[in-house]
Amino acid sequence: MTAPNHQWRQFKDVLMQIITLACAILVIVPLILVFYHLITEGFSSLNLDFFIHLPKALGEKGGGMANAIVGTFVLICEAAIVGVPIGVLGGVYLSEYGGTKFNWAIRFAADILNGVPSITWGVVVYGLMVVPMHGPSALAGGVVLGLMMIPLVMRTTEEVLQLVPGGYREAALALGIAKWKTIVQIVIRTALKGIITGILLALARIAGETAPLLFTVGGALGWAHSLKEPIAALPLQIYLYATGPYEDWHRQAWAGALVLLLLVLAINIGVRFLTRDRFQQKI
Amino acid sequence: MAANENNSVALNVKNLSVFFGKNHAVKNVSLDISACAVTAIIGPSGCGKSTFLRALNRMHELNPEARMEGEIKLFGDDIYSRNVEPVVVRRRVGMVFQKSNPFPTMSINENVTVGLRLNGVRDKKILIERTEQSLRMAALWDEVKDRLGAPAISLSGGQQQRLCIARALAVQPEVLLMDEPASALDPLATSKIEELILQLKKEYTIVIVTHNMQQAARVSDFTAFFYIGELVEFDATTKIFTSPSKKQTEDYVTGRFG
Amino acid sequence: MENHFEAGLDALKQKLLTMASHAETAVNRAVQALTQRDSELAKRVKEEDRVIDQCEVEIDDLAIQLLTKAPLATNLRLVTVAMKISQDLERIGDEASKIAKRARDLSLEPPVKINLDLPRIAGLALNMLKAALDAFVNKDSAAARAVIPRDKEVDALNKQIHAALVQHMVENPDTIGRCLHWIVAAKSIERIADHATNVAEDVVYLCDAQDIRHTGVKSQGAPAIS
Repeated sequence: MTAPNHQWRQFKDVLMQIITLACAILVIVPLILVFYHLITEGFSSLNLDFFIHLPKALGEKGGGMANAIVGTFVLICEAAIVGVPIGVLGGVYLSEYGGTKFNWAIRFAADILNGVPSITWGVVVYGLMVVPMHGPSALAGGVVLGLMMIPLVMRTTEEVLQLVPGGYREAALALGIAKWKTIVQIVIRTALKGIITGILLALARIAGETAPLLFTVGGALGWAHSLKEPIAALPLQIYLYATGPYEDWHRQAWAGALVLLLLVLAINIGVRFLTRDRFQQKI
Repeated sequence: MAANENNSVALNVKNLSVFFGKNHAVKNVSLDISACAVTAIIGPSGCGKSTFLRALNRMHELNPEARMEGEIKLFGDDIYSRNVEPVVVRRRVGMVFQKSNPFPTMSINENVTVGLRLNGVRDKKILIERTEQSLRMAALWDEVKDRLGAPAISLSGGQQQRLCIARALAVQPEVLLMDEPASALDPLATSKIEELILQLKKEYTIVIVTHNMQQAARVSDFTAFFYIGELVEFDATTKIFTSPSKKQTEDYVTGRFG
Repeated sequence: MENHFEAGLDALKQKLLTMASHAETAVNRAVQALTQRDSELAKRVKEEDRVIDQCEVEIDDLAIQLLTKAPLATNLRLVTVAMKISQDLERIGDEASKIAKRARDLSLEPPVKINLDLPRIAGLALNMLKAALDAFVNKDSAAARAVIPRDKEVDALNKQIHAALVQHMVENPDTIGRCLHWIVAAKSIERIADHATNVAEDVVYLCDAQDIRHTGVKSQGAPAIS
């Protein structure tokens, strides 16, 4: 252990520390930039009007994105109804049942689907639903977002269930508890936080999807009265306003983008809150 | 090979063979487990003792490649007969594992009663009674009676294992199988478990797999020595450890191999 | 790789054999001192008894150490038997000392005019001891079992000697003191034979795991080992 060697190793050590620290900071920088821009440009437009009023007619100033905000929530709910049961139960099957070759094929398909561009999803649902229904609808939008959720939720559910140690399953079965009860009451219950986290993160992701909505939802200037009608959605509205000619529209687009970001942020904070350590007393 | 003439036989094993695919893990084993006594299963790693134990409550079936031949009778009932569900067998023959595994999302009393609740028992009175009864039998009541609602994972390793024993006892099995129950515990916790086993054998039939021969000598009445899937010798514990009949047993017990 | 425990067991066996050879020597010398009226030899016997006593302490110590390692089966029997044999050997050493003491006392007085077959009874006892110890070394259960019935012969011979001495005392009261010494010496030899019998019984237990003490079934065959 000669002295020069020691110094060189120390230097390498410190160098690595600095490089990795710099990269960590670089990761946060874009986020900070995004926040900074959105807040400076959009915050001033966040008034009560924005949340309550409908968009005004072309050219007029003022108005809000109330219908788009509500529309986004409606679409998220629809997507959850489509995506969560199929995704979770599919993940349960992959993890707890099934032969190896079949499971491999399903997992492979899910991974491919996860990589399919969102615009492709939009085109597919366009052909499957928009054309037969002679027009865009909230239903089609919910369906496409739900379909996009399924492979994501399925894989995260499966992974989280696999993390539950086999010992718990064995212990439950050794008590004479039936397999499906073991899965629901023991395995899923143990992994519940992880499953919910997976669902929420999937929802956060699809909340901001714009491309599929282009083909399926149509956008609207007023309220939709049934799911068969076209509906407004935040990403779509932002796109429309940001690429439009009016200054007022640009201002509102920034505000809309900020609201969307806050929505995603809220979901993530919700996830953190859910996954904190707590324990309830019950008999 | 009958172990004694006085007690009844809890488990009558005849020509048991267990296969995992091509692997012949347990080879044609026959023995009688006496009721209300402790039977220890010893042998070097990989000799089939855990596989044998799991065949006694059909837990080896969790492995899709598992296949068995032969017959096992639990107090006269064939546990592998076509109209017997594994679930029913496992309620009569309970199991405690090497690594304690109390369910993490449940409190202490929820863990104890889980076997009852998930098998349909709703009566709160029964659940509360059975909780105290089982925890007393597992020598854990005094330590946890003031915090039954606390998370099960807040207990120490030895306490968790006793909780698992209480959980298994709560469904009132007739036989209790233990797969190296104390091997992950410190000496004090181990001796508590051993004391517990000696207490429990008054009411339960216990079969314990252990790689610790001194433990087998301390707690068991009968000992079976397995080697590469075969039952080499089965006799009263004192005989096995003071003057075994087979040279293989003598060599294993004196530490010349394994 | 060396097995430390086995080495401990070997050490125990060695110590026991060393102690045995001291005990045999002590008895030989004591009998010699008695028959040859050698008070110097008698004194040496008493001194060397200390060595025998020390051996017992060391053997017990080593045995306890080995027991903490929880030996099983043959090893367990070996350790417990070693402790018992060492006790018998120590008693043999004490009896030899007693004989030596009587030898010294007798050598200070004129000899008694009586024909006692002391060499024979001494020889019998010594052979029993040697046979028992050989059986221990060779793990020969049959040889050990063969030692046990020979105790009867020693007992009978002792009775004979005792009777002869009593008669001599009645006829020659001035020899009472000396005759009593002879009675005690003969008794000690008979006790040595008893201890040799104990050693033989312990060897049978070691080899066959059969406890044949106090049962009267002294010459049955060994159980079959599969």
